[in-house]
Amino acid sequence: MKKLTTLRILDIVTLVALLGATAMVFFYAPIERVMGAVQKVFYFHVAAGWVGMLSFLFAAIAGIIYLIKKSKIWDLVGVAAVEIGIIFIFITIVTGSIWARPIWNTWWTWDPRLTTVTIMELVYVAYLMLRQGIDDPERRSRFGAVYAIVGFLSVPLTFFSIRIFRTIHPVVIGGSDPSAVGTFDMTATMFQTMMVSIVVFSILFIDLVWHRIRLGKLANQVEELKFNIQD
Amino acid sequence: MTAIIEVRNLIKRFGHKQVLRQLNFSVQQGEFVALLGSNGAGKTTLLRILSSLSKPNYGEIQIAGYFLPGQSAQVRKKLGVVSHLPLLYGDLSAEENLKFYGKLYGLSDFQNHIEEILKLVGLLKRKKDLVRTFSRGMQQRLAIGRAIIHDPEVLLLDEPHTGLDQDAANMLDTLLQEIASRGRTVVMTSHDFPRVANLATRFDVLYKGKIHASKLAKDLPQHGLLAYYQSIVDEIDAEGGKQGAT
Amino acid sequence: MQKGGSKVQPKTSFFKALFAVVWKDLIAELRGKELISAMLVFALLVIFIFNFALELDPKTRSALTAGILWVTIIFAGNLGLNRSMSVEKDRGCLDGLLLAPVDRTAIYFGKSIANWIFMLIVAMIVLPIYSILYNTNIISPALILVIILGSEGYVAIGTLLASMAVQARTRDILLPILLFPVILPVLIAAVKASAGILSGFPLTDLQTWFNLLIVYDIIFTSVAFMVFDSVVEE
Repeated sequence: MKKLTTLRILDIVTLVALLGATAMVFFYAPIERVMGAVQKVFYFHVAAGWVGMLSFLFAAIAGIIYLIKKSKIWDLVGVAAVEIGIIFIFITIVTGSIWARPIWNTWWTWDPRLTTVTIMELVYVAYLMLRQGIDDPERRSRFGAVYAIVGFLSVPLTFFSIRIFRTIHPVVIGGSDPSAVGTFDMTATMFQTMMVSIVVFSILFIDLVWHRIRLGKLANQVEELKFNIQD
Repeated sequence: MTAIIEVRNLIKRFGHKQVLRQLNFSVQQGEFVALLGSNGAGKTTLLRILSSLSKPNYGEIQIAGYFLPGQSAQVRKKLGVVSHLPLLYGDLSAEENLKFYGKLYGLSDFQNHIEEILKLVGLLKRKKDLVRTFSRGMQQRLAIGRAIIHDPEVLLLDEPHTGLDQDAANMLDTLLQEIASRGRTVVMTSHDFPRVANLATRFDVLYKGKIHASKLAKDLPQHGLLAYYQSIVDEIDAEGGKQGAT
Repeated sequence: MQKGGSKVQPKTSFFKALFAVVWKDLIAELRGKELISAMLVFALLVIFIFNFALELDPKTRSALTAGILWVTIIFAGNLGLNRSMSVEKDRGCLDGLLLAPVDRTAIYFGKSIANWIFMLIVAMIVLPIYSILYNTNIISPALILVIILGSEGYVAIGTLLASMAVQARTRDILLPILLFPVILPVLIAAVKASAGILSGFPLTDLQTWFNLLIVYDIIFTSVAFMVFDSVVEE
């Protein structure tokens, strides 16, 4: 199965976009007054976080469609979304940590967003462990779909519950508590850089998921060929 | 006479492995069909599909006038299933197990019925005893009782003699003959040829995902079952060899 | 063909099937008492471990007490769920249930309600024991209500996930891995409500947490019974 031309083009676009976004972060966006250069981590942190959460939604929707249509491609989409999502969330957690250290002098804070995102990561991993423990392929897909749906529903509820506590996470967008350490007002250029980062990471996500789905299809083909030989 | 079980073009895959390939199968009311095949031939798969526990990838199935999988609830009422797992609750007594399953099948006021069944399977004296104290043979007999509590027209048995000693197996056979004689249709899978030769009215060979041959008991010579099965298998293998890999 | 006195209805009534499953689970358990005694012993052990691991004084540390209480309930509950579904799987009984002309959701609710009852029984024994061990009465109608609500949400999702976990090779470790991250909303609300009650806060202050518990229960139960079919039907 040759790589589709579209995919090749997407690969190039992604690479260029990533370079462009990085350039923006370092050269276009200003250095923040209070936090200094480390604040620049924020752009990719938020972008990765957003995309990671969207991929969860992706996986849940793929799960629902799979349960209705029982067509294997949707199962593959779900797995791809989860696997790639794990990476993005991991990036979110790590960049969050890097950001937190110089500002709050701690590697970790138990605030709602970071905590929820880590729980989401745990749900993702549980999803993979569930699939790994099941031998029957049809059952594996079905159970994965069910858990993706259940997990996706529970995470916002978790966030909501934790949120009812006070937060020390900087509420950068829509926040009203200026005393929260680490909050900063975004200038126009910062805002633009952030939006661009989000868009670029979304493109990166689609590119990676596409590759993963393609990989899955190839793996299926190999399995099929193996069986045909055995017969 | 319309068949009570009618299967056409049944296909079942597990991942990439095709276990049942365009299988056709037809049983008339009152027949006792023995489905012969080696391990892995697909006997259990076929039985699971017929009992509505598993869905086929393709094909038409009709049992007692209802279609699977669309009308599974109606089909389930007409079916009794015995597998090699007992499907019984160890912490419940024989009586309570039957009571539970009777309730699941929507029966009411059936205490007498329970006693009749226990008598039939030879467990009336042990009705208050917990099933986990039963021997395997007794559990299998109770399992048959469970399978017929709702008076199904069709009985499906998947290698019911597994794990039974000679005496227990003989008792099981007597019971099966008794039940079959009441007009029920029975489909039983087995690879125990001598035993099955005395029970069934018809023998079908399941090999490589299809049912290849069918022979009525009366047309088979005494002790000729194994030879018959072997000849069919050899024939198919030879054909397969001639045509190359299918 | 009809036998004297017994009739076969078209698809067995939902509630009849549900009650049959609950009845069956209760009788089997009352007989063997394996499940409840295991959960109980485990719960007590957890309390003792916490006693040595932490400084516990319910009068001054109500938040801690609430947390420990719920950790105990969660872990004991996990044990119970695992066992409850294992029984069905091991002797092929789940097939027995599926062979019957009953709604799959009746099976789900039957099992969940039975599991719920077991959890409540264990909780009702643990509460007085805890009170005795720490010489302070922690039992109150409000706390009991929180336990009832919290365990419902737990059991609603737990039964669903246990049905899946029990079919995997990695059965025993899988259930907590699947269940715990997903059950956090219920746990958080239950612990906050319990802590508030133990601290003596007026119930009106805790209204939010009670409401959340009810909402979570409804959401989790609805989702669980809607997807249960997909889990058990091949």
